[in-house]
Amino acid sequence: MIRLKDVEMEYDNGTRAIKGITLTIEDGEFVFLVGPSGSGKSTIIKLLTGEVEPCAGRIMINGFSVSNISERQIPLMRRTLGVIFQDFRLIEKKTVYDNLSFVMRAVGASPKEIQKRIPYVLNLVGLSKKSNSYPTELSGGEQQRVAIARALVNNPNTIIADEPTGNLDPERSLELMNLLVKINELGTTVVVVTHEKDLVDHFGKRVVTIDSGHVINDSVGGYVGGHIHG
Amino acid sequence: MGKHDFGYFFHEGLSNMFSHGFMSFAAIGITVACLLIMGTFTLVAVNANALLQDLEQENEILAYVDDSYTEEQAKALQSKLEAVPNVASAKFISKEEAMESFAEQYPDESLFQDLDPEIFRDRFAIKITDLHQLSQTAEQVKAVSGIAKVNAYEEIAGGFITVRNVATVVCVALIAILFVVSVFIISNTIKLTTFDRREEIAIMRMVGATNGFIRWPFVYEGFLLGFLSAAIAFFLQWGLYAAVAQGVDTNDTLQLIHIIPFQQLWPAVAGIFAAAGIVIGVGGSLSAIRKFLQV
Repeated sequence: MIRLKDVEMEYDNGTRAIKGITLTIEDGEFVFLVGPSGSGKSTIIKLLTGEVEPCAGRIMINGFSVSNISERQIPLMRRTLGVIFQDFRLIEKKTVYDNLSFVMRAVGASPKEIQKRIPYVLNLVGLSKKSNSYPTELSGGEQQRVAIARALVNNPNTIIADEPTGNLDPERSLELMNLLVKINELGTTVVVVTHEKDLVDHFGKRVVTIDSGHVINDSVGGYVGGHIHG
Repeated sequence: MGKHDFGYFFHEGLSNMFSHGFMSFAAIGITVACLLIMGTFTLVAVNANALLQDLEQENEILAYVDDSYTEEQAKALQSKLEAVPNVASAKFISKEEAMESFAEQYPDESLFQDLDPEIFRDRFAIKITDLHQLSQTAEQVKAVSGIAKVNAYEEIAGGFITVRNVATVVCVALIAILFVVSVFIISNTIKLTTFDRREEIAIMRMVGATNGFIRWPFVYEGFLLGFLSAAIAFFLQWGLYAAVAQGVDTNDTLQLIHIIPFQQLWPAVAGIFAAAGIVIGVGGSLSAIRKFLQV
């Protein structure tokens, strides 16, 4: 479960990115986080992954209190999250299999566990036959599916996707979002940051709209509010 | 993270090392140079020290007794000489014994075989404790009533002391400078690797890898660079030492200098080189990644 209570965040340059946000995402939910550029969406992702600390308020993620988490606990908290980025962030000199195995190794998985888990995850994202390919040999949609597989491979409670369809055409975007919905149906909490109104409306899930560091709308069914710009 | 995954970290460290071949080569080169210079000066100091100890053990002050003293009177000086500070022992040598000893040194010279003992003086062969105080002790021995003359090889002892002191000072200064340079070069080599792998490190952090897990491959890289440098430096030092030792042994004018065989020194040299190489390598890698992991 993710819970933000009266969270405020101000960067060193004086920018107040988050101005008292309170938000709860229950286990197993699928939530779209939408809003215009500079609204504070990315800051929320950074707060959830422990990259930045809030100036005020409390953040709880999967049993960890991020607001006053010790340095030793940050890796443990991050193991409960799977993060997907707009630019995929795959290691080009590693094969698809190695891109997944190195993140399993990084959290102490044994070679046996790795050999068992990776084929399952690649099958889930429909890339079983691309195991030995390098990222540069894959299309954008396939690369993003590898990124999803990488986010899933350590079996996190929550997937956080930051503009996952930003580099994909509409058809691939829809395929990818269907995949995230499928993953959510298997029990993983999914938080998707996006500015693609059509996609948000298509799925009819819970939508949290952020603007100027505030939650201006939190409803189910589709985007409510003004314009959305990436 | 459970047990230490030695195989994985070693493989990653080795792969890091080869990913920047030229920088790794430069890092190894400078570390080898550092270790060689350090080793050479240390070995010079060790040999000079050994020679000084030999001199301390073998070098005697010869104190000649006044001609007017009878043998009995001369022998009586022994207790006075042994009371002089820094004198370890004083052995009486009569004129006859001195003549026999002299004749033995020149067995082929018939002229020296029938000498009259009266042309020699009674004397004391005095061993001293600390060679540094040779000249002071010689003066004190000479001041003993009944001692007419003293022979002490102060210049030779002084020469070796100077060599040892210079070697020690140069050695310490060079070690300090080259140690810092080596750590800096290795640190920069590893910084390049961390830069090359920044994306990988960012992903590892994002998925929950501990700092230790991220750090170990770079520590192994530093360890390998340092250890490899130590191994190369050891064999080069061996060759250099053997060549110099042979040169000294075959040179007639350097007969006084006895070089310690490398066979006696190699375990210490290998141990010191390995330790210094590893300290430089691991120190360099820790210095490179310390700041990096705080991001």
